[in-house]
Amino acid sequence: MRHRLPFLLALSLTLLTATFLVVPALMSMLAGVTRVYARGVSSGLTTEWIIEVWRLYSDTIWRSILIALLTLLVTLLIGVPTAYSFVVYPSRFTRILDEIMTLPLAVPGLAVALAMLQLYGGFMEFRRSSMFIVAGHVVFTLPFMVRAVAATLSAVDIRTLEEGAGSLGARPLRRFIDIVVPAAMPGILAGALMVVTLSIGEFNLTWMLHTPLTKTLPVGLADSYASMRLEIASAYTLVFFIMIMPLLIAMQIAARANAGKEATP
Amino acid sequence: MRSRKLFAITCLLPTLLVVTAFFVIPAVMLLFIGAARGSDGEAGLWRYLAVLTTERYRSAMISTVLLSLGVTATTLVIGGISGVFLARNRFPGRGFLVACLTFPLAFPGVVVGFMVIMLAGRLGVFASISLALGGDRLVFAYSMVGLFMGYLYFSTPRVLLTVMGVAEKLDGRLIEAARSLGAGPWAVQRDIVLPALAPAFVAAGSICFATAMGAFGTAFTLATRIDVLPMVIYQEFTESANIAMAAALSVMLGLVAWAILALARLNGGSNVAAAG
Repeated sequence: MRHRLPFLLALSLTLLTATFLVVPALMSMLAGVTRVYARGVSSGLTTEWIIEVWRLYSDTIWRSILIALLTLLVTLLIGVPTAYSFVVYPSRFTRILDEIMTLPLAVPGLAVALAMLQLYGGFMEFRRSSMFIVAGHVVFTLPFMVRAVAATLSAVDIRTLEEGAGSLGARPLRRFIDIVVPAAMPGILAGALMVVTLSIGEFNLTWMLHTPLTKTLPVGLADSYASMRLEIASAYTLVFFIMIMPLLIAMQIAARANAGKEATP
Repeated sequence: MRSRKLFAITCLLPTLLVVTAFFVIPAVMLLFIGAARGSDGEAGLWRYLAVLTTERYRSAMISTVLLSLGVTATTLVIGGISGVFLARNRFPGRGFLVACLTFPLAFPGVVVGFMVIMLAGRLGVFASISLALGGDRLVFAYSMVGLFMGYLYFSTPRVLLTVMGVAEKLDGRLIEAARSLGAGPWAVQRDIVLPALAPAFVAAGSICFATAMGAFGTAFTLATRIDVLPMVIYQEFTESANIAMAAALSVMLGLVAWAILALARLNGGSNVAAAG
């Protein structure tokens, strides 16, 4: 072992970094079920804080799920056809559209939200409904859906598959539903998980777009961090962790399945 | 094949419509509002320069840039060393370690801010340790140091993953060849590994910098008393109701973030910033 020193240094730095990332998350989970955090676990474990969070904030949780599903629906309906077009008929126009569509990811969410507020702030019906937040989330998540689906469609050589069906006389819409959508399924799945995860956690846009009647989970979290005792803020964060973890694990599994397919053509 | 081409064009229309309605038109409008007569009674392009000429905005811009540079440099060092280490070594518990290093990827900025409160707030880890050692309660969550820790928290997983991805594809034979020619471990890192990773560093570093510049959630939780640019924009908008200034500043912030990513993309990076 002549490389022992660099190995040990790198290992220590890696372990230290992992500790830095994991410890606060664990402390916060613990605080969410501790009776009085300042006195430590010896004050007893309890579910009362989680129940309190449910009483105060359950509406934000349901609204976030609803907004995520609506965002998913819209990004599926408009994103999958767009990805297909990008792959089958690439042109100068699709490149420009791709560029503009991806711009909201480069620009801070705060700026995008300010811009949307200036234009739609006066349309009170729209401004006050959850659909205003859905519009913001669609702008922000659409590129992820299009990219995931386009990557899959390029990998399966959709042009050739589709031309086969075309020569048998299938109409474009039929071919899209019977051939393109099934072929794109791994990308659609990966994109969908990404869109839902991003939408549930989105704060930068949502904080500017929300109204007192359209609070989402991250907006509620910010509210609890500013005004609630540490135990309630922690219990609320714990609820968020529990919601987001299955999505993250599913994303890992989907990514591994896709990688496996690429390795064995 | 005309019907097919027509179909492909039709496929683009909904996206074109949505992106135009909810991003392009609002963004263009923001450009004009930045130059329109605002509640400060003035009008014109000067407002776009205020970020350089007005003391408060300039100092916010400078501290935001310095903070973002510091975070980017630190994250690249940590992510670079740990990423190469994890890509080149196999040991028991490695998968678990990678999971521990990447799970914060999906955390919104506000939650990251709360993680810093758990570490460095009044009831945080540092406070308990310093009290146990007989000192004063150590609280720095709401300072520049706390903000720095928060930005480090959300940048590290992303940079680490990028570096790992590239380092895993690194040709092991090159390193073996260098070793058999007598290169020591440091020389191998300096002459082979680092040059191979340079594009990944540029890509990850630019995303890290752009994200840190625009990070709002973490600053919102921690920086009520610190003037970083996103917080200044937010205060102009809500407290001062100076919408024109908020618009001009956010256009400038957006331009800086976009320019950094565009520069990096010329070197093969990606233009996707993360939520902070």
